[in-house]
Formats: sequence, C-alpha cells, structure tokens
Amino acid sequence: MSDSAPLMSVSEISVRFGGVSALADVDFCIAKGTVTALIGPNGAGKTTLLGAITGMVAAQHGRVALEGRDITDLPPHVRARLGVVRTFQNLEVFANMTVLENVMTGRHALAAYGILDGILRTPRFRAGERACREAALEKLEFVGLADKKDVLAGELPYGSQRLLEMARAVAAEPRLLLLDEPAAGLNTQETKALAGLISRVRDELGITVGLVEHDMDLVMGISDAVTVLNFGTVLASGPPARIQANPDVVAAYLGD
Amino acid sequence: MRPWYARNLAKAAFFATALFLAPFFLPNEYYINILILGGINALIALGLNLLLGYAGQISLGHAAFFGLAAYATAVATTRLGLPIPVGMGLGVSLSALVAWLIGMPTLRLRGHYLAMATLGFGIIVHIVMNETVEVTGGPSGFVGIPRLALLGFSFDSDRSYYYLVAAVLALAALFSLNLIDSRVGRALRAIHTSESAAQTAGVDIAGYKLFVFVLSAAFAGVAGVLYAHFLCFVAPSSFGFHFSVQLVVMVVLGGMASVWGAMAGAFFLTALPEALRGFEEVDILIYGAILVACVMYMPMGMAGAAAGVWRRIGRLRRGRVPGQGEGGHVG
Repeated sequence: MSDSAPLMSVSEISVRFGGVSALADVDFCIAKGTVTALIGPNGAGKTTLLGAITGMVAAQHGRVALEGRDITDLPPHVRARLGVVRTFQNLEVFANMTVLENVMTGRHALAAYGILDGILRTPRFRAGERACREAALEKLEFVGLADKKDVLAGELPYGSQRLLEMARAVAAEPRLLLLDEPAAGLNTQETKALAGLISRVRDELGITVGLVEHDMDLVMGISDAVTVLNFGTVLASGPPARIQANPDVVAAYLGD
Repeated sequence: MRPWYARNLAKAAFFATALFLAPFFLPNEYYINILILGGINALIALGLNLLLGYAGQISLGHAAFFGLAAYATAVATTRLGLPIPVGMGLGVSLSALVAWLIGMPTLRLRGHYLAMATLGFGIIVHIVMNETVEVTGGPSGFVGIPRLALLGFSFDSDRSYYYLVAAVLALAALFSLNLIDSRVGRALRAIHTSESAAQTAGVDIAGYKLFVFVLSAAFAGVAGVLYAHFLCFVAPSSFGFHFSVQLVVMVVLGGMASVWGAMAGAFFLTALPEALRGFEEVDILIYGAILVACVMYMPMGMAGAAAGVWRRIGRLRRGRVPGQGEGGHVG
C-alpha cells in the first residue's frame, strides 16, 4: 500500500515567522490509500506543515505537489477544490448553522448551480440542492450524527462537534483529508471510536488521511506510516513499529 | 403541501400583501410619506444586512452609496437631459462600480480594513457633495429633479409612489431570502464564523466578500435613485456619516442575519422620530432611551425577540413550563 506513488509530497519546505524558523527544509510524503501520521513534541511545526500543505500558511521556500501537480502557488480554496481538505485543532464548526447546513457547506464547491439559479429557484438549483442535501445526510450517517441534523452546531457537545467537523470535511469528497489533533479533548472511549472512524474513512470512502496527533495509542494503532518532526525538521520517518524503536525519537519525546 | 423551494415566494407574497394593505390603515396621507421613506431605508438595510448580518463585514459608508446614486441620477436627468430610466441605471451602476473599486484591494485583507476604508470613503463623498457647488449645488442641495415617470406612467401621487417602493422592496426581500437559502448564503454565513473553515470547504472568501459588498452597494443605489425621484430634491446632509451609522443601527436593532429584522429595524427607526415629534425638545432624549431599552431587552434584536416569543408560545401550547436561559438564535 505505502509503496505506491505519493498522493501528496512536500519538498524542502521552509516557513519562518519573523525571525523564528518553524519549518526548515522539510520533506514529507503521504502515500495514496494510507493513514500517515505526523507526530512530534509541541512546537515541532506539525500544524504549520498542515498549513503549508493547505495553503493557509505561506512558505518562503519549497514546493507542494498533489499527484505530481504543483499546487504551491494556489490559494487554499482552490487546493480544497482539488481535494486537499483539513479539520482544525480548535474546533471551527459554523456554530450559527444547523448540523446539516454545516455539512452542506462542506460540499460548497460540489453543488453545481450558480447564484442566479439560486435566486430564480431554477430546476438546476432544485436538483443541485436536493443532491447536496442527500449527500450531506449520508455523511452524517457515516459519522453517526444523522439524528442531530436540525440541531444548531454550537449546541452540540464537544465530542460531537469533532465528528461534525469530520463529516463536513469528508462531504467535500477530498482526496487527502488532513486531521489536526482530532482526539484533543476526547475521552478514551471517544478516542477509540474515532480510531475506528478514521480507518473507515480510509477503507470505506477511499480517502487518504494525514493525521497530526499526540495520542500515541491512536497513532500507532491506525497509521500505515509515521513521520516525526522536531524543531522544524524531520527526525525520522517509517512504519510505526520502526518509529517506536528509534532511539532519536524516544530521546526527543523523553528529553536527553 | 407547498414545495420546499417555493416557501420564500409564499413569505414574500404575504409580505407584499401586508405592504399593499398598510395604507388603508393610516389616518391620513402624511403617513404615506413616512412609509415611503421607511421602505427606501428598508431597501438599504436589506443590502447592508447581507453584508453585515450574514457575511459579518462592516461598512460605515453606506449612506455614501445611497447618496452617490441619488446625485448621479439627479445630474443625469437634469444637466445631461437623459431619460429617467437611464439616469436610474447610471446611479445604481455607479454605486456598484465604486463599491467594486473600494472592495477589490481592501477585501483581500483580513481584519477591519473595510470598515476603515468605507468610513473614509463616506466622509470624502460628503465633502465632495458640499464643495463641488457647480455640479451638486453644494450644501443647499440639488433642486429640480424630475418626479419619476416610467413607460408613460407618472408616479405623481404619493400613493402610487408608495406602491412602486413596496413592489421593489418585496422583490428585494424575495431576492435576499432566496440568496440566503442557497449555497451562496451558506458560504456567506460560513465566512462570518470561520474564514479558515470556509476556505477548506472550497469557498473563495475574497470573491464572496467582494460580491456581497457590491450587491449591498447596489441595493443602496436602488434606494438612492428611488429617493431622488421621490423628493425631487437632494442635499448632502441626508448622506453623511450620521446616516451611515443609523443604517448599521437599523440592521443591529432589527436583528443581525434576519431579512425581516433588518426591514423592521428600518421602518421602526424611520417612524420613531415622527412619533416622538410631539415631545418637542426632549424627543432626542426619549429616542435615546428607547434605543438603550431595545438593546438591553432585545440583545438579539427584534427578530431574535420575536423568535423567542414564538418559541415560548409553542412551548405553552405543548403544555410545558417555559425553561430558562435559552438564548435567541436567528437563522
């Protein structure tokens, strides 16, 4: 699985915030059909790397490619339309919309009708809106929130909001789904359910997953490959078993 | 049962009927004037609500877009001798074009650049209206604008003009409702809550902000040309910073992100000074006290308060005790 051509590859990317170097010449690949984890101590640059891949953080140097196509200069919403979609460490659900509307918003770029179609309620609008709604409901079923579809997203409990973000992200039918600490704030039981869900995203929906996470049980349990970042550089990269045995990684986590 | 996509049409038809019947309940013709001005203000508030209430972008210069269109049609139909429909078209186009020029650079930036840019723009427009006396007539105003006539029909009576404004307002309300209940509306609301999350859903945030800003300026433009050909006289004092702020208050008081709220706020704030006229010198104090009370007791605006009352009625009907602490949520 992991020896196929990379779906997404980052080469020699560097990001600086003022005088602080957040990422220095980082190479990182995600193979098609895998769950690839990105781990590292706090401040290692994991979220910054996600930002650079999605275009939300500007890189001073380096390239990002999706299936061989250079996407370095494309803005975030265009990258999203090409299939690079992410979730957020601090929940970013649309609190003032219902659960269903949140997921329908995730399909924004897939709803095939224009502004005028909407205003004039043309048949194209009706068909597009109906299809969007049905697909959104399907994704809500997938994460198990279908019964909450008419609830305001802001009123959902924390764990459910995490699931909602996931439903909204997969609703965009991405090729690469980047999850930024999806288990943060979840209890053991919820984390276990999340692990199952992430595996199903890969296996049932066929979406490649990039996972930034601190929960090592989760990471080692579901990942096909792991890359370790430390102080903005790649420390190690390989299958989970090899990473766990790597003395440099152990040192970085436990301190010298 | 009504099909789901025709729901807004039914609401707008109901609204149009209410507007049509309103004059029959008025004691005299003077009140028609207030209804017309209320309707014109409601038109601006509708557009501003799309920008401010839904997309969360603040404009402090909407009085200027309103005024630009009014002056443009005034100059076009008098000094240039152009037909009224052409003048009106020019007025609305000018407001939209200027909004596009302001929005292009400022809406690419995050933060409150639009508020600052429109604030400055509004002040500049006001100064230009006052100073270019040969074109605008200066502080004493522009006189002699022709009363509206379209396709051979002259809207000479206030009642006929009211029905024109009411028809335009009902159509604008339907336009807004349909826009909001589509992927465009969802994108605008998404931008309001989280720009990052909107981007990852594939929403071109700069593009949508520019679109809704230009659209809201066009609404103000339509209101401006209707205003000019109604009063047949315009003066800079109607288009100052004070009015821009008042427009924002209409939207906020009515209830952010509610089409009905924005219009209710506009009619309310237009009628309130007239209702208080009898109090002479203390009217401004009472006006202020009423606004403070509104904000204290209706933090979610009129639309939010109405939704709260509606929920309470529903709960009483179902025979349950009203709960406490539920906030007003406006969709």
